[in-house]
Amino acid sequence: MSADSYKLRSRLRGLTDSLVTVLAILATLVVVAPLAAIFGYLIYKGASSLNLAFFMQIPRPEGEVGGGMANAIVGSGVLLGLASLIGIPLGIGGGIFLAEFGRGTKLANAVRFTADVLNGVPSIVMGLAIYSLIVSVHSPLIPFSGHFSAFSGGVALGIMMIPTVCRTTEEMLLMVPKAVREAALGLGVPNWRSVVSITLKTASPGVITGCMLAFARVAGETAPLLFTALGNVYMSANLNDPIDALPLRIYVYAISPYDDQHRLAWGGALVLIALIVLAVSLVRYVTSRGVLKGAS
Amino acid sequence: MSLAESAREEQSAVRRFLLSRGNSAFADRTFHVLMVVCALSIFAIVGLIAWRLVVSSQITWSKFGFHFFYQTFTDSVTGQPMYWDPVNGLFSAVPFVYGTLVSSFLALLIAVPLAVGLAVFLTEMCPRSLRGPLAFLTELLAAIPSVIYGLWAVFVLVPLLREYVNPLLVKTLGWSGFFDDSMNPTGLGFLTGGVILAIMILPIISSLTREVMTAVPHSQREAVLALGATRWEMIRMGVLRNARIGIVGGIILGLGRALGETMAITMVIGNTPEIHKSLLANGGSMAAVIANEFTEAVSDMHRSALIEIGLALFIVTIIVNAFAQLLVWAVTRGAPSQVH
Repeated sequence: MSADSYKLRSRLRGLTDSLVTVLAILATLVVVAPLAAIFGYLIYKGASSLNLAFFMQIPRPEGEVGGGMANAIVGSGVLLGLASLIGIPLGIGGGIFLAEFGRGTKLANAVRFTADVLNGVPSIVMGLAIYSLIVSVHSPLIPFSGHFSAFSGGVALGIMMIPTVCRTTEEMLLMVPKAVREAALGLGVPNWRSVVSITLKTASPGVITGCMLAFARVAGETAPLLFTALGNVYMSANLNDPIDALPLRIYVYAISPYDDQHRLAWGGALVLIALIVLAVSLVRYVTSRGVLKGAS
Repeated sequence: MSLAESAREEQSAVRRFLLSRGNSAFADRTFHVLMVVCALSIFAIVGLIAWRLVVSSQITWSKFGFHFFYQTFTDSVTGQPMYWDPVNGLFSAVPFVYGTLVSSFLALLIAVPLAVGLAVFLTEMCPRSLRGPLAFLTELLAAIPSVIYGLWAVFVLVPLLREYVNPLLVKTLGWSGFFDDSMNPTGLGFLTGGVILAIMILPIISSLTREVMTAVPHSQREAVLALGATRWEMIRMGVLRNARIGIVGGIILGLGRALGETMAITMVIGNTPEIHKSLLANGGSMAAVIANEFTEAVSDMHRSALIEIGLALFIVTIIVNAFAQLLVWAVTRGAPSQVH
């Protein structure tokens, strides 16, 4: 009797075990399915709508067939360039402070926590904040203020890059062995020189990885640009004017009623995702092969 | 030239070099200050954001106060409850708070079991050769921009739900009142928003769960196995029980992302300031109403109301994220932290 119940129990335990294994495999398949669906559909729809005009022309008036997103591609380039100019130096500077000067201090902990807070701020809130900081004020102190401008969009994206760049830089610098720093200082190199051309240089693959990750993240951001860069159907690279961006144009076209604009939206999405996947795979390649592992 | 002479020459070269370098104390101090300024700029930015949001939402704050988050108006014509009427200056955040909570809750309901299942499979069951590519694929899921999820949802997910899933839900679970598409057969609505949010927060939850599960020491697993446990019993008793606080932290971090998610949800939730019991009905969310109405806001009052919603979102996400960080940190303490 007790032997029977023992057998039953162990059968049951074995069954539960297999059931859980099946469920876990099922969960994995369910997670991978939308990814495959999104990529498959994106490539299928996007590739058929890409042509030379897509890269060379600006949007046609609504309802007309044809045209392209040249202005959005240029606009994204301008915005991301400005964002990198703001976000990368500040982020790397903050990371150097955390890893080299502030290790273990209260200030460093506070900076780290604030960077995490900044990382969690919803992108739409960032858009609102930059709107009320730059777009809605008329002040001679703030450049390009008082109207929608490419500058305000670039600032919004740049701020969103800071936390990622800062935290990866810190982690990468902490991985550089102490002996390397000591060797540099022992040769009589001034501290700043040792940080810049010894520590930072040793950690550079990882730091570049962090910058690429931040870049890939803001490249697809739409929400902070809605009330700052606004969008522009004409070609513009002027920081003082509203400017277009790929994700912004995709959003506008996705909710428009015209079939040809849907086609352009898919094309734009493919270009955007190609850019991002390229950045992410490059990051993965560098981190899996480089001296410094552990990024991302 | 004798040997001694050349040695003296060499020495003087080193001396010359040392003298020409000047004093590096000034440069060092400048560099230090510069880095501190970079670090402090992060405080300044967060402070500026908070300050501007507070200042710009003063109009509604001084008019409605806390009532903004729970007041209800009555439509003078139909007698129905009404929440959001920019033309007449009536603003209440209730339907948007409701929409954000419902869609985020649905997203967690769908995403958490899948994410934990994926993490269990990847850390405990998966053959080593599959682990890397699968982890990379889920990372890619995190890298897809919100607007592309939205685009996909509008053209693929919405028709799919409208044609196949929603009729099935209405037929089988329609009696509960949660699934009623008679008022809104478009396929947009809370459920669609919840599904797309679930796909978006999955990678965050699963990567954090994976991280805390890997942090559980191997001796725990071995001890449970040595007592004759099956693999599932080992995972349940040896791994999940030890990692549960961290997993909860990951889930809350996912919640933080779901609350603030904008573009995809704007494109599929329907954007009406209404409250419905049915999950298939149109609704709004805090982030979506900002994205949808801000550029077309008719008055300062309207803009102020939207900024106040943004401020509420800002405060809530800060609290949620700080709490989640604390929980994750409690588990992975010692192991190097990661940037997400």
